[in-house]
Amino acid sequence: MTDLRLEATGFVYPDGTRALSAIDLAIAPGEAVAIVGQNGSGKSTMVRLLNGLLRPTEGRVTHDGEDIAALRVAALAARVGIVFQNPDRQIFAGKVRDEVAFGPRILGRSATETAAAVDAALEAVGLADVRDTNPYDLGYSRRKLLALASVLAMGTPVVILDEPTTGQDARGIRRVQQVVADLTATGRTVVAISHDMRFVAESFGRVVVMGAGRVLLDGPPSDVFGATNWPTLASTYLEPPFAARVGDRLRLGSTPTESSVADSLAALRAHG
Amino acid sequence: MLELRGVGYRYAGFSKPVLHDIDLVLGDGEIVGLVGPNEAGKSTLCLVASGLAPGSIRGTLTGSLSIDGEPMAGKALHEFSTRVGIGFQNPATQLSGVTGSVFEEVALGPMNLGLSTRDTVERTKAALAALGIDHLAEREPRRLSGGQGQLVVIASLLAMRPGHLVLDEPTAQLDPEGTRLVGEALRALATSGTALLVAEHKTDLLDGLCQRVVVIGDGRIVADGPAAATLEDPALVDRGVDPPSRVRLATALAARGLDATEALA
Repeated sequence: MTDLRLEATGFVYPDGTRALSAIDLAIAPGEAVAIVGQNGSGKSTMVRLLNGLLRPTEGRVTHDGEDIAALRVAALAARVGIVFQNPDRQIFAGKVRDEVAFGPRILGRSATETAAAVDAALEAVGLADVRDTNPYDLGYSRRKLLALASVLAMGTPVVILDEPTTGQDARGIRRVQQVVADLTATGRTVVAISHDMRFVAESFGRVVVMGAGRVLLDGPPSDVFGATNWPTLASTYLEPPFAARVGDRLRLGSTPTESSVADSLAALRAHG
Repeated sequence: MLELRGVGYRYAGFSKPVLHDIDLVLGDGEIVGLVGPNEAGKSTLCLVASGLAPGSIRGTLTGSLSIDGEPMAGKALHEFSTRVGIGFQNPATQLSGVTGSVFEEVALGPMNLGLSTRDTVERTKAALAALGIDHLAEREPRRLSGGQGQLVVIASLLAMRPGHLVLDEPTAQLDPEGTRLVGEALRALATSGTALLVAEHKTDLLDGLCQRVVVIGDGRIVADGPAAATLEDPALVDRGVDPPSRVRLATALAARGLDATEALA
């Protein structure tokens, strides 16, 4: 289990573009945290700092209190798995099962452990039936699920997902939601970047809203998507989920998900 | 008008076709949404409608494809490219790689159409402004984020003002604001007479944007009708498509014995 912290962290790209300013963020083991904000608000930069792909130009990043500056990317890879937005940045093997086996193998797992990890990961994302297929014979959405399986198989205590529902159909989104639930149920941490507010409200206990390289809001979906925060959301070009807007119109309080709207209305009906 | 009649498509090297018996007409000024689960044939249909399959991606086309009444089967790709624009799902595959700035990238299309420098500049500026990316004009195309790249690709297509435009998940990588701007730009393009086919998982976007929605499953059209009715059809879920939020909410209410019209009034 790993406790992640960004302490007064800033990042400026070599061309002078500032991506992050003075970020203070602590993520406890087992949390499901969604990072939201407009394109270019610093979300991708921030998650890359968490696994050492980028090193902060100001402040520091710690895992369990230890500054990760001294750690190599390879050591960090055993703790923090990252699934990129574009699966083709990470897929390279000729068969689905070899792709998924690569991670556990380089982490030094035995053949038996690797085989079990591959089976479990492919099962979780629904790719067990294409284990012998070439990844490039799969469509984009299944290549994204494959990239997810490859990271799951490594068993890292922290899993970072960059836009996991992009291009997924209804069934694919449900699979991703189940993966997030299963990971956090076993005490692993999930940090996901997403523009999909419905997915965020339904699957994450905590939402961090980014704007212009800073944290604007940080709290559970019912707080972050509450009506008083809508102007702040609008400042980073976000809209609350549809359900939150309906709930506000009907004065139900903060109802970030469709089921919370329906539950509130059903409860009103039962008591009134 | 773009018209597909009894169209089937089989990729070279594969034994089975991935599209069967597709009848689809895109009228001038019409925005048609295309939904369906992944690997149902949405992307292939986009490639076929734009002539890229079999023009660039080899395979066998059956049935007929015509543009403004002219049969197009067997025509060279350049005959399509001036008449049908296509935007792919992954912008990285579509940026030209030969330009040094976003402005040049967007200007490439109108220049290749043989427009004057003045018209090219005017169209490029208008396209960048429509999508709210004027500030990226001097940026190197390879230094764009996924969402920014997608907006640049769409701007390039807008600048060409094609008579027909096919978009495969144009907003997949966009934030809500980018999605809204793309919706507005597409509506404006349709008003000028362009026929559009938009494949999307975001049914909330299609709900407000399209006149018609076509549902595809296993390579066949399984529903085709007015957007609202098609997206409200309970069969949509069984076909592997997430309905728009308003429809999902109505379903959640119905499951608790509440009527949406009454409960949400």
